Amino acid sequence: MSEPTGVIHDIGYQRYTGPRLGRRHVFGGLWLHGLRTIFGLGRSAKAKIFPWLVIGIVTLVAAGITAIRSQTGEVVMTYAQFADAMSWLVIFFAAVAAPELVSRDLRSGVLPLYFSRPLPRGDYALAKLLALVAGLWLLLGGPQLVMFLGAAFATGDGLAGVRDEAFDLLPALLYAGLWAVVFASVGLLVASLTGKRAFAAGGVVAVFLMTTPIVGVLSILPSRTVNELAMLASPSTLVQGVGLFTLGDRLAPAGAADQMIGGFGPVYALGAVLLVAACVALLLLRYRKVAAR
Amino acid sequence: MTLIATESLTKTYGGRVTALSDLTVAVEPGIIGLVGANGAGKSTLIKILLGLLAPSGGRVRVLGLDPTTDPAAVRARVGYMPEHDALPPDLSAAELVTHLGRMSGLPRTAARERASEALRHVGLHEERHRAVGGYSTGMKQRVKLAQALVHDPDLLLLDEPTNGLDPAGRDDMLALVHRIGTEFGISVLVCSHLLGEVERICDTLVAIDGGRLLRAGPIAAMTSATDVLAVEVSEGTDSLASRLAALDLPVTRDGPTLLVPLTDEATYDLILGAVAELDLPLHRLDQRRHRVAELFALREPTHV
Repeated sequence: MSEPTGVIHDIGYQRYTGPRLGRRHVFGGLWLHGLRTIFGLGRSAKAKIFPWLVIGIVTLVAAGITAIRSQTGEVVMTYAQFADAMSWLVIFFAAVAAPELVSRDLRSGVLPLYFSRPLPRGDYALAKLLALVAGLWLLLGGPQLVMFLGAAFATGDGLAGVRDEAFDLLPALLYAGLWAVVFASVGLLVASLTGKRAFAAGGVVAVFLMTTPIVGVLSILPSRTVNELAMLASPSTLVQGVGLFTLGDRLAPAGAADQMIGGFGPVYALGAVLLVAACVALLLLRYRKVAAR
Repeated sequence: MTLIATESLTKTYGGRVTALSDLTVAVEPGIIGLVGANGAGKSTLIKILLGLLAPSGGRVRVLGLDPTTDPAAVRARVGYMPEHDALPPDLSAAELVTHLGRMSGLPRTAARERASEALRHVGLHEERHRAVGGYSTGMKQRVKLAQALVHDPDLLLLDEPTNGLDPAGRDDMLALVHRIGTEFGISVLVCSHLLGEVERICDTLVAIDGGRLLRAGPIAAMTSATDVLAVEVSEGTDSLASRLAALDLPVTRDGPTLLVPLTDEATYDLILGAVAELDLPLHRLDQRRHRVAELFALREPTHV
């Protein structure tokens, strides 16, 4: 095994005298790199298949809903209900994207190359997390925007109609943001535990899948309080609980919120905040350990 | 300016395993060899220099900065080549080094330019656009070196840069490191468990064992000529050995070579006389330098 030896060139080594950007730029660069990774941009064609398949499906669904509404005037799904309905796709998308973001780096051993650079180790984890949040939010928000554009053009009430639609859209975009934050923080934490992408993906799905039956069991126990708190047990139902509490009839028929979460709305909101905070804290802790290795 | 200075530097893991123990050393800019057996504390020292590990005690300064309090400032001026595999297989060398250049704060265009420059300096040309996964070990080592150079550091920390290379690859890598240290004007700390390798390219040697400093200093002072004459004859080595022993010369054998302590000029005459007397074909007679290994006596018995 002989290596092609470097030919000695006449051009000598040049010192770099240009600008060196600060922490914000580096963080932004890593964030954008992560976001591109999620959608397979700048990577092989194979890496693009899954993300764009999912994007295709959600866009198609949104376009279908818009078409039905513009033809028949029937609102099949509100913006917020769309986010709920797509939650399983979002879970699978997160289960593929999160390992791409962190497990690959763990596996290839590239992390020492990051951590020997000025970027603080917490920034690495946070940039990846925010990239995943942004990716998931775009996945839900993009189709919502498609629905909005369709509705806005089809509205018969002129500007007032567009304004009404916008007021429906904005809370739903925030709701999509909540989905994104919760799924990203849980998914990235799970994925950061292993360098094997398949395990990481399975783990992410398992966390969402395995907790759903718990909700089912709790919601049929003969105690109204337990029933109303049941949806705390799984991240996806937790998000729905917060949605029922904050969005009311934009998400579910009137009265459904009372039926499902009773007066525990604030508990759900607090639960979501705590879950995200705990995941982020554990993620940062995880990378403290990884960096020192 | 002192390049690296440590003062009673100590690192213990969990209070039981001692990786570094009361290490005090100061080195000037240049090429520094850090040698020690596996587990001597070399990697721990590098991680402390990078501010990735906090020392349990003592003080440390790199390029006049304190990595325990200002790790970002140190890392901005230091390039690190880790010992183990560190390259994502599906990226090309150019993409990876550009990305890591940006992670060091280079603007986009500058990162791309410096990445191809760095890859060219380490001897990777057209192949830099291929995925790293298909590279040979030697090429991977070069990519690791290039990413340490991309942001134009003032100090390179190379952890076992010749790991896994064949003899020709080792020579190339050592020549490259030597060139970086001399022509590029970048100080280099080369870690190795092979003293013979680093002593060829270093100005300064630091030897550690079990986390303690064995010896540190300029290599010239360690390899100054000492009082040993090496004699080689094409045949009749045995008879010459017994002849010299009969002349009261404490002769030792090192393979085909006879080593005779040089007490004064008369030693030359005695040896030459003995060779002439036995009518042996003299192959070589020279004053041998002690190899640094003998001075350090790194766990191996010496030959002399």
